[in-house]
Amino acid sequence: MSTSNIELPAWIEILLIPILNICMALFFAGLIIFAIGENPIDAVRIMLTGAFGYDEGVGYTLYYTTNFIFTGLAVAIAFHARLFNIGGEGQAYFAGLGIGLTFLLLDGMLPAILLIPIGILAAALFGALWALIPAWLQAYRGSHIVITTIMFNFIASSLMVYLLVNVLIKPGSMSPETREFSEQSWLPFMHDVLSNFGIEVTRTPLNMSFVLALVCCLVVWIYIWKTRWGYALRTAGQSEAAAVYAGIKPKRIIIITMCISGALAGLVAVNEIMGVHHRLILNFTAGYGFTGIAVALMGRNHPLGIIMASLLFGVLYQGGAELAFEMPKITREMVVAIQGLIILFSGALALMLRPAIVKIWLAIRPIPSTPDMGGQHG
Amino acid sequence: MDSLLNAQTVLSTLDATLRVSTPLILCAMAGLFSERSGIIDISLEGKMLSAAFASGALAAVTGSAWIALAGAIITSILLSLLHGFACITNRGDQVVSGLAINVLASGLTIVLGIAWFSQGGQTPALASEARFMPFELPLIESIAHIPFIGPFMQSVISGHNLLVYVALLAVPLTWWIVYKTRFGLQLRAVGENPLAVDTAGISVSQLRYKSVMIAGILCGIAGTYLAIAQNAAFAREMTAGQGYIALAAMIFGKWRPVPALLACLMFGFLDAVSIRLQGVALPGIGEVPVQLIQALPYVLTVVLLAGFIGKAVAPKAIGVPFVKER
Repeated sequence: MSTSNIELPAWIEILLIPILNICMALFFAGLIIFAIGENPIDAVRIMLTGAFGYDEGVGYTLYYTTNFIFTGLAVAIAFHARLFNIGGEGQAYFAGLGIGLTFLLLDGMLPAILLIPIGILAAALFGALWALIPAWLQAYRGSHIVITTIMFNFIASSLMVYLLVNVLIKPGSMSPETREFSEQSWLPFMHDVLSNFGIEVTRTPLNMSFVLALVCCLVVWIYIWKTRWGYALRTAGQSEAAAVYAGIKPKRIIIITMCISGALAGLVAVNEIMGVHHRLILNFTAGYGFTGIAVALMGRNHPLGIIMASLLFGVLYQGGAELAFEMPKITREMVVAIQGLIILFSGALALMLRPAIVKIWLAIRPIPSTPDMGGQHG
Repeated sequence: MDSLLNAQTVLSTLDATLRVSTPLILCAMAGLFSERSGIIDISLEGKMLSAAFASGALAAVTGSAWIALAGAIITSILLSLLHGFACITNRGDQVVSGLAINVLASGLTIVLGIAWFSQGGQTPALASEARFMPFELPLIESIAHIPFIGPFMQSVISGHNLLVYVALLAVPLTWWIVYKTRFGLQLRAVGENPLAVDTAGISVSQLRYKSVMIAGILCGIAGTYLAIAQNAAFAREMTAGQGYIALAAMIFGKWRPVPALLACLMFGFLDAVSIRLQGVALPGIGEVPVQLIQALPYVLTVVLLAGFIGKAVAPKAIGVPFVKER
């Protein structure tokens, strides 16, 4: 008997199953920690204290969260059009080039009020550009977007190494990075903003791009569910034939959606370059693009879910750093392993528990009144 | 320039080409089995990395290259079965599952490496008894005097470790299995039209499980080669994207064994040349950036996928979970 066409109540589909999936991932993560010879419960306690126990920890947690919101939204909006954008990493990296080039040209000439919006736009534009080519190839030449975006990650990486080592490097410097951009181009740090209101917090990398991330969540939510463009996007994702019948052009949807996705991923560069490093450096994307996939899967491609999933990953990253400090046997890469488990259980094995849950639900559901909706054949 | 083009340099570049191509060839054949059966496999990278770690760790502990090889293959097969369980049994997304394996392998090999060996993620350096060491092919001395062929056989073909020859044999073997056996026919059919295979009374799941397990074996050998044949220990992230290059080579070879082999050799050649060209100015062109040569496999694959050099057509049913009762 197939259980895939039996409907379950929304709370089971949207809450119970995703939470059980995450629990399984965390359970296996606990097993790994146990196998290494540490106590998983202690590990969780250290992680939570590290992430929330003091204001510096909270700052770092939210700084990581910012990156994950951007990359999570990028993956999610593409998922809604049934496109799989694995290229967030490359798009964010290339967006850094946009900011770098703009500021190397303009940062001495313009005031902050112009420079900051221009930097954000440059990041979004370059991110979109790096997604545009795979999108165009998918729409008009039929190349598989998963493969092309993977390839574009590697191409972006080679390109950036070349440019930073040979072209953009600060003259006379040995390390491959640009000169520091002028202070007008910096996004205000949160601790500076808060101290203007008389609230003193410890210095952390958390900056105003966190606010930008929350605004993006709202904008993406409105775009997907409250505009005709979002309607077209979701229709094209559900059924290309239906979309064509409704007068929607799927090719155009692919291009537009991927550009938005690339632009969102590109905003990671705003947080990292304009907010924290203030110069273009190698590998500032540090895998955030890939984490975005786990975030989107976990947050079920909904902005609200993405905020929660990003927060969880922020806790894992910040708490993981603390954990590596407290438990010498555990390293930061434990977080990468947990990320893999979450992609596995919330993504690839998302439907594993469903048949069992359907059976339990059919046995215990409160009112077996309505006639069965054809789920019982076979 | 002279130094770039004399016979010795050419021969040693070709020799290096064969050495760096070996893991690509094994993984490309692995991807071919999986994808021809309709299962996208971007987890070549993760399986190879896990296998490399398993072989490095086992060789260090047991001192036996053969136990290490067996353990690496078993590790890689287990990951294949996980991939199969996710996307054959549970009809999960094949790309997501592959990505999960890659991310998991990338994190877990370092975590376990540090926990077990406390050497920053490396496994202990191996003595030559615990590795697959290069050897000269028999009778190679007797043909060494033949012009061209002799030196070529002696410096390029001979003098590798066993796994290089395994990789070279894997190609005709793959060709024979895919095109000349009953299993191969079923394999190709299930990747194009699983419903027809199912109607003929053959289990789609079983066929696909067999294919991903063969992919696991081949990735296991590739990982072993990296950790205990080409190098003398496992190092963190030592696959460094080669699984993806192998995937690109397989696509470049249009999902066929011999063209995929040629693509692997071409990508391997680019790699070998890029090391040699570092800091050398070519006449008329100037210095070629190493990064450009390193990115070339990816650029070429994108150009091919775009249909500008022939058309790469994937197996028809690839990426689509098979649902028996529709």
